[in-house]
Amino acid sequence: MHDMITLRDLQVQFFAPKKLIRAVNGVNLNVGQGEVVALIGESGSGKSVTLRSIMRLHSERSTRISGGLEVDGKDVLKMSQRELAALRGDTVAMIFQEPLLALDPVYTVGAQIIEAIRRHKKVSKAEAHKQALSLFEKVRIPSPERRLDAYPHEMSGGMRQRAMIALALSCSPKVLLADEPTTALDATVQIQILLLLRDLQKELGLSIVFVTHDIGAAAEVADRIAVMYAGKIIEQGPAAELLTRPRHPYTLSLLKSRSHGAMQKGQRLETIGGAPPDLSNLPAGCAFAERCKYAVAECSSVQPRDETLSPGHVVSCLRVHQIPRINPVAAAAL
Amino acid sequence: MTDERDIGGPRQPLLQVRDLLKHFPLKGKGLPFASPRSAVRAVDGVNFDILKGETLGVVGESGCGKSTTARVLMQLISQDSGELVFDGETVGSRALPLRQFRRQTQMVFQDSYSSLNPRMTIEDSIAFAPTVHGLPSREAITRARDLLARVGLQPERFAGRYPHELSGGQRQRVNIARALALEPRLVILDEAVSALDKSVEAQVLNLLLDLKQEFGLTYLFISHDLNVVRFISDRVLVMYLGQVVEIGSSDQVFDQPKHPYTRALLKSMPSMDPLQRTMEAPLAGDPPNPINPPGGCRFHTRCAYAQPVCSQRAPTFSSDDSGHGVACLRYEADTASLFDHAPSEASHA
Repeated sequence: MHDMITLRDLQVQFFAPKKLIRAVNGVNLNVGQGEVVALIGESGSGKSVTLRSIMRLHSERSTRISGGLEVDGKDVLKMSQRELAALRGDTVAMIFQEPLLALDPVYTVGAQIIEAIRRHKKVSKAEAHKQALSLFEKVRIPSPERRLDAYPHEMSGGMRQRAMIALALSCSPKVLLADEPTTALDATVQIQILLLLRDLQKELGLSIVFVTHDIGAAAEVADRIAVMYAGKIIEQGPAAELLTRPRHPYTLSLLKSRSHGAMQKGQRLETIGGAPPDLSNLPAGCAFAERCKYAVAECSSVQPRDETLSPGHVVSCLRVHQIPRINPVAAAAL
Repeated sequence: MTDERDIGGPRQPLLQVRDLLKHFPLKGKGLPFASPRSAVRAVDGVNFDILKGETLGVVGESGCGKSTTARVLMQLISQDSGELVFDGETVGSRALPLRQFRRQTQMVFQDSYSSLNPRMTIEDSIAFAPTVHGLPSREAITRARDLLARVGLQPERFAGRYPHELSGGQRQRVNIARALALEPRLVILDEAVSALDKSVEAQVLNLLLDLKQEFGLTYLFISHDLNVVRFISDRVLVMYLGQVVEIGSSDQVFDQPKHPYTRALLKSMPSMDPLQRTMEAPLAGDPPNPINPPGGCRFHTRCAYAQPVCSQRAPTFSSDDSGHGVACLRYEADTASLFDHAPSEASHA
C-alpha cells in the first residue's frame, strides 16, 4: 500500500506588502490509501493553507511553495497547468466550508455536476445525468430527481453540503480534501454529514484529509489526527492515542479545554495565555515556547525536531520526556 | 452586592418575557410572489423569566429565533405583541421609559469587528455611550480606561488603538468593556464567544465569570455550543422554530432532558472518543422553514416519538415544582397514554 499524499518539509510563503508571511513551515505528513487524517488547529495555524497547497490552489504570483509534495506518486510542484487540471477532480477533489459560496448560484446543482462529469469523462448528457442522479442517491439527498433541478439557494444548508460532496465525488477521485465541511452547520446536521463522510469513505475507499478546528468532529471521523500550530505539525498520531495520550503541551491544553466534563461549573477554565506568534516574524525556537508552561530557556532558541514515540505518534517538542503524561479524556470523565 | 436600582427585591425576576411574538412579513418589493399573509414566524409566543444574578443559557439551531428574541429584549426591534417586564416595571411604560431600560440592558454581538466603529479608538468607543447618557467626557474616558484594565487590556498600550489593530479576542474584550460602560444590570451575550478560537474563548469565558461576580450582573447567554452553555449557565432554555420547548436548571436539561428535541440535540454532540463514535444521527433532515412551520407540535416532523395527535394539537408548556418545564404532549396528562408504543427510554439515554 503506497501513500496517496506525501508532504516533505512543505513550506508555503505568501508575499505581502513589505513582509513575508510564513504560513506553513516544514510540514511532514503521509496519508495512506483509504486513510482519514484530520488536521486540527486554531485559525492561522496553517491547516487550510496546507490543504489548499495539495491542489496548488494558491495564487502562483504571490505564493512560494517549496519542499516535497506528492499526490498518488506524482510530484505536484512540477506539474504543468494542464497536468494540474487533470489532477484536480480526477485524483483529488475538495469540499469547502460554505457551499453557498462554492456552488455557482446561476446554475442548478444538477447542471454543475453534469458539467463536471462531462469535463472529465467522454459521456453523453443523458449518461451524465444518470450518474448525477446516482451521486445524489449516494449522498442521501431525499427526492434526488427533483433536487437535481434546484438552485443552490433553494436548498437548506445540510442539503447544499451534500450536493457539494456529490459534486466532489463526480469524477471518482481517490483523495477528498475537506476544509471545515461541517463548521457552518447546525449540530443535528453536522453529525449527519460526518456520518455520511465516514460511510462514503468506507464505501469508496477514499483517502480524506479533513481540516477542522473542532476536535469532536475530528474524533468522529479521523483514523489519525495531526495538530498544527504556527505552520507546523507539532504532534500527530492515531486518533485514539493522540486524544488519550497527548504528549505535546499544546495538544494537552487544547484537549483539556474541550473534553467532556472539562468545563466544570463554578471552576475557572484552564487557558493558554497569550496569542499565537506573528507568522511574518516567527521566533527562532519553538513557536509555542512563549505560551508553554513547561518551556525552558533552550526552547526559545532551538527548533524542536520531530521525535517518533511509538509507531505513527510523532511529537515535536524538546521537553517531551519531562512533561507529565495525562489522559485528558479519562481525567475529565472521573 | 446591594444595588439601589434593585426595586423588586431578590425574588422579583429581573426580566419577565410574556407571550412575545415577532413575525417578519414577507411582502414588499423584493418578493413579488410571496402571498401577503406569509411571514417568518421568528418568535412565536415565547415566555420565560430571567432571575436576578443568574446566567440563563439559550440554545437552539439557526432559525429557531434565539437572536431575534435577544434583539427584541434589547428593543433593537419592537415586538408585534407581548410584554417585557424589567424588575417589576413594564418596559416602555411611564415608570420605565425605553431610555432608562436601555441603560440597564446591554448586548455583546458575535462579530467583534463589525460591532465596533472602525474610525473610533477603542477608548472613545467605550466612552461614547456614557457621554450620550450625560456623563462628562473626562469622566467617561476615565471610566473607559478603568474598564479596559478590568477586561485585561492595559490602557497605556491599548486605549488609543483602532479596532483593526487588535486581535479577535482583544476586540471582544473591548465589546464587553463597552457593554459594561453604562453599568448595566442585564448583559445579553449573543454568540459572543462563538467566533473565537478555543484557547481565546476560554480566556473570555473566565473574564465573563469574573465580571459577573464583580459587577453583580445577570447574563442571557445565547450560543449554539452546548459545552459552553452548560459551563456558564445556571438555567438553560431550549428553542425550536420560534418557541420554547424546554427550560430547566443546567443539570436538569443536560442530564435529564425531557423534550425529544433536547435529547436529539445533546446526542448530536461529537463524542470526543474515537472508540465510542456516534453510530446513527439522532435526527434526520434540517430544521424546517420558520416561514411555514408544521402544525400541531412543530417538532413532530422530525420526532422519533411522534404520534398522530402531535400533528393536530400543539403542546402547552408546563413546569414541574422544580422549575423544569417542557412543551411536549408526552408529558400532558390526557395525551401521555397515547405514547405507549413509542421508542423505549433506554435508546435515548
